[in-house]
Amino acid sequence: MKIFNLVWLELGQRKGQLVSGILAITLGIAVIVAIRSISLVSEKAVAINLDNLGANIMVLPQGATIDNYYSADIDAPTIPEEYVERILTSSLQGVDNLSPKLTRRVDIGDQKFVLTGIIPANELASKPLWQSAGLFGAELAASCGENPQNESLGYKDEKLQRKSIDSLSMADCLLGYSAAQKLGLKEGDALTIMGNELKVSKVLTETGTIDDDRVFAHLKTVQNILGIQGQISAIEIMGCCNAISDGLLGQLRNILPDTRITTIGQIVSTQIKTNQLMNQISLIILIIILIVGGISIGNYMWANVNERKKEIGILRMIGFHKSSIYSMLLIKAVFMGLVGGLAGYIAGALIAWFLGPTLAGINVVPIPLLLLYSVLLAAGIAVVGSLLPAYFASRFEPYSNMQEI
Amino acid sequence: MTPILSTSALSKHYFHRDGLIMALNDISISVTEGSFVTITGPSGSGKTTLLMALSGLIRPTSGKIYFKEQILDTDNDRALVEFRKKYTGFIMQNFSLIPYMTAMQNVLLPLSLNGLSAENQKLRAVELLDLAGLGNRMNHYPRELSAGQQQRVAIARALANKPAIIFADEPTGNLDPQLSVEILNLLKDINEKNRITIFMVTHSPAASAYGNVAIRLNNGQIIN
Repeated sequence: MKIFNLVWLELGQRKGQLVSGILAITLGIAVIVAIRSISLVSEKAVAINLDNLGANIMVLPQGATIDNYYSADIDAPTIPEEYVERILTSSLQGVDNLSPKLTRRVDIGDQKFVLTGIIPANELASKPLWQSAGLFGAELAASCGENPQNESLGYKDEKLQRKSIDSLSMADCLLGYSAAQKLGLKEGDALTIMGNELKVSKVLTETGTIDDDRVFAHLKTVQNILGIQGQISAIEIMGCCNAISDGLLGQLRNILPDTRITTIGQIVSTQIKTNQLMNQISLIILIIILIVGGISIGNYMWANVNERKKEIGILRMIGFHKSSIYSMLLIKAVFMGLVGGLAGYIAGALIAWFLGPTLAGINVVPIPLLLLYSVLLAAGIAVVGSLLPAYFASRFEPYSNMQEI
Repeated sequence: MTPILSTSALSKHYFHRDGLIMALNDISISVTEGSFVTITGPSGSGKTTLLMALSGLIRPTSGKIYFKEQILDTDNDRALVEFRKKYTGFIMQNFSLIPYMTAMQNVLLPLSLNGLSAENQKLRAVELLDLAGLGNRMNHYPRELSAGQQQRVAIARALANKPAIIFADEPTGNLDPQLSVEILNLLKDINEKNRITIFMVTHSPAASAYGNVAIRLNNGQIIN
């Protein structure tokens, strides 16, 4: 008869106690799994929403402000275009897309417009509103991590995904909706900027943003027109929200020390704070459950070993070592933890599935990885909670089963 | 003849709030192999304490125990466990059976510690239960057995690892006179046929008559 058989026989002996012990673990794990499932899916959903909003990080010349960038003054500072390569060749995680830009206010006829040099495909990826206009073929969606949609487009490698793709002719330009109105131009017309003639390849649909008043051309074209080769005004980055909270900004600053790197708007920072709050709440609940679960299991084990004092004494009397008694109780704890963890995962996934749409407005599907964490955590709690009772049980004297001393 | 178990100035003292209790005081005995030793005396005289000390269930305060002239390291728990596992069997007044195990499983418990294959363990358990007259009760739980049958299971378990010594603490204390005779006869039979040394604590003069060596205690000391 092996120790496993002994444990198994004993488990079947006190079913009520066993069920209550496992239930304590199950409930704790269920709460953690439910919260983590909802918060993980919620974070992902928010990250996708943020991606859809466009770029959320700006790399600007040292000392420049966002106002400098938008005003596009003639003497606005610039940064080397080579900085784009630095980011592309780095191993940074969480950079979904880059849009290097050169902006300058120029005179076209008797009106002033902001001429913006872009790399088209990247520009598209960071401008969902443009994507809806159906420019340049397939859309290039962005999100945190790998994106199946991009894979289908042949951009499986994230670095490839980040590479600039040139699909706007050097002799073409795009006109914002208002700019086209003011200039009275349409697709196919010619536009002369500082003596350089460009063909209007497309008039963009109205977006209600500053882009409506802009003239867009290929970055190289704009650099040639302005005579500032190899320089850009800013790099707009679509950063994954989680990566930003995990220190993406700091990593960018390390790569580009003489620049000013900032997040755009309150959206990102608010979401980061929300995500951090959710994670902190999860952590607090996790700690509480660890303590409560450990104490519950410990309590159960204390009661169990005290009830089994005579039985343990018999085992010791006939030749079981202390270590065998210790192992026997810890094997029991691991079993309870595994069953409790599995049951807790199932219960938690069901709770998240039912409550996700109500609490967070999202559909929550089970996250298989949480099953592994659940059983490991539950077994860990059960073992830690049982260490002390098992230790004391192993020290029961072999005469504990005798009536008289 | 070489003694199988002997002691020299064995003492066991307990500290109690009322003072020091001298449960055993300066016990020196020498028992040869195949003896049937009865330990008698009034309540509180130290009978069970002596049995537990001799069997390695408790550590003496002072003195030495020798098993086949080898000193028993009573300070070493592992050594005591090995001694109990390999050389001893126990029969207790309360039977000391695991309640949620069948008769067969109770007998298999000590057999699982001696390295026998599962098949041989089972064969040995069947053999012992047959010997104890329980061939048709192997899959019965203790609660499904009479007191006499439970004690027979305990005897079968005590014999599992072919011990050199059996320690019995009031083995007939919970049995009626007729069953007591049956159990005592069985013990006597085991003692004579297998030359297994038996130490038996008893209150009963009738039971003590089965022994061939008598130790009588009073206040922790041998009086005969």
